[in-house]
Amino acid sequence: MGLAKRIIPCLDVDNGRVVKGVQFVDIRDAGDPVEVAKRYNEQGADEITFLDITASSDDRETTVHMVEAIAAEVFIPLTVGGGIRTCDDIRRMLNAGADKVGINTAAVFNPEFVREAAERFGSQCIVVAIDAKKVSAEGEPDKWEIFTHGGRKPTGLDAVEWAKKMVDLGAGEILLTSMDRDGTKNGFDLGVTRAISEAVHVPVIASGGVGNLQHLVDGVIEGKADAVLAASIFHFGEHSIQEAKETMQAAGIEMRL
Amino acid sequence: MSTEKKATVAVIDYGMGNLHSVAKALEHVADANTQIVVTSDPAVIDAADRVLLPGVGAIRDCIAEMKKQGLVPAIQKAMAEKPFLAICVGIQSLMAHSEENGGVDCLNHFEGNALFFGNDHKEVDGTKLKVPHMGWNQVKHTMDHPLWEGIEDGARFYFVHSYYVVAGNKDEVAGTCHYGHDFCVALARDNVFAVQFHPEKSHKDGLQLYKNFIHWDGKP
Repeated sequence: MGLAKRIIPCLDVDNGRVVKGVQFVDIRDAGDPVEVAKRYNEQGADEITFLDITASSDDRETTVHMVEAIAAEVFIPLTVGGGIRTCDDIRRMLNAGADKVGINTAAVFNPEFVREAAERFGSQCIVVAIDAKKVSAEGEPDKWEIFTHGGRKPTGLDAVEWAKKMVDLGAGEILLTSMDRDGTKNGFDLGVTRAISEAVHVPVIASGGVGNLQHLVDGVIEGKADAVLAASIFHFGEHSIQEAKETMQAAGIEMRL
Repeated sequence: MSTEKKATVAVIDYGMGNLHSVAKALEHVADANTQIVVTSDPAVIDAADRVLLPGVGAIRDCIAEMKKQGLVPAIQKAMAEKPFLAICVGIQSLMAHSEENGGVDCLNHFEGNALFFGNDHKEVDGTKLKVPHMGWNQVKHTMDHPLWEGIEDGARFYFVHSYYVVAGNKDEVAGTCHYGHDFCVALARDNVFAVQFHPEKSHKDGLQLYKNFIHWDGKP
């Protein structure tokens, strides 16, 4: 008896539709975000992450309305990320019904923003999203670096040190995405997940690369993740949340069933 | 105009952030004869049939805002006379003292204090535990109470907190949870009930607790 590990389905939303993911060239339509969120809620998702990947800022208003619509019907925690750059952006999303916001690029360009946001809204609602890539060569000690722009631009920042810094500034949770794995269906990068999870005292959500249910188990057992995030394995009916939870529980992981 | 007066649930807004989900969850389970009002007006709190005290953020700011906005007398009056539910930081604000923010005196409705889990929190077997305690944990009922009606003993609720309540009077503990050690997550005395978790984020069981509150007559 104790705290359960969490499964968090992620909705990548572009122009008001759930799409398969940022890394995919052939973006597949997976439906209306409100309907998809309701379905995952019914299936027993522990939280939902809504990631706004719309390129233009004109559509931010659409995002606010969708967050409102989801929050009015889905009574589990909702995190909203994508394009969060100012405290006004955060306030807008929290007022629309988000429980937490994900800060990604803005944290890299202005780490103090994380401190400001945590002081103003509380660490409990500040999730810092980290996009990491392995940069060490075969045979060298493991090293991961922070990348921006969908994994295209290196920053020179060490991922583990960066995560520690974000927590010191007030991040209440870390959403860690392996850019090497995102979209590959080869499983999480367990090395970086474990390194960061063991280095910080706040929960770490593993993301990027889930292709089957065993990957979720590995993320928790090998990667020491507190929560696992996945998108495409749930969107197209390959697996239900319930099935994923049963598999994880059967592997000895405490789940909310 | 209808002559029938609707029962009112006042959700106290003292400027500590987002009450959207609390209000939405209450509306979701409210019947046609119940209205939910988010308010910072002591007169509205006085006139309400039931009062909900939410809480988010740091305790020092919570208590400071309650005082600044002149809400403390209305909160104390409501706790003396009608069904009253406090959630999350709300439960901590009802204790005598919290060690958050270097130590803050609270409203002292319940005997006991709020303590920090610590950044080196461990399970009994030595496993490192993350702080905040974030996610779904099992709540064990330690007393029969109308607000537990229809909720299974051991059902999971959503938590996010770094400070926890240590009750001064064990007879007031209505529910416990385990994270490193057992601790109090629900307190009850007369017409006041307080919980550490977020019912509005706890799916069906959370909604059931809100439904129970809307129908509660304030008797234990």
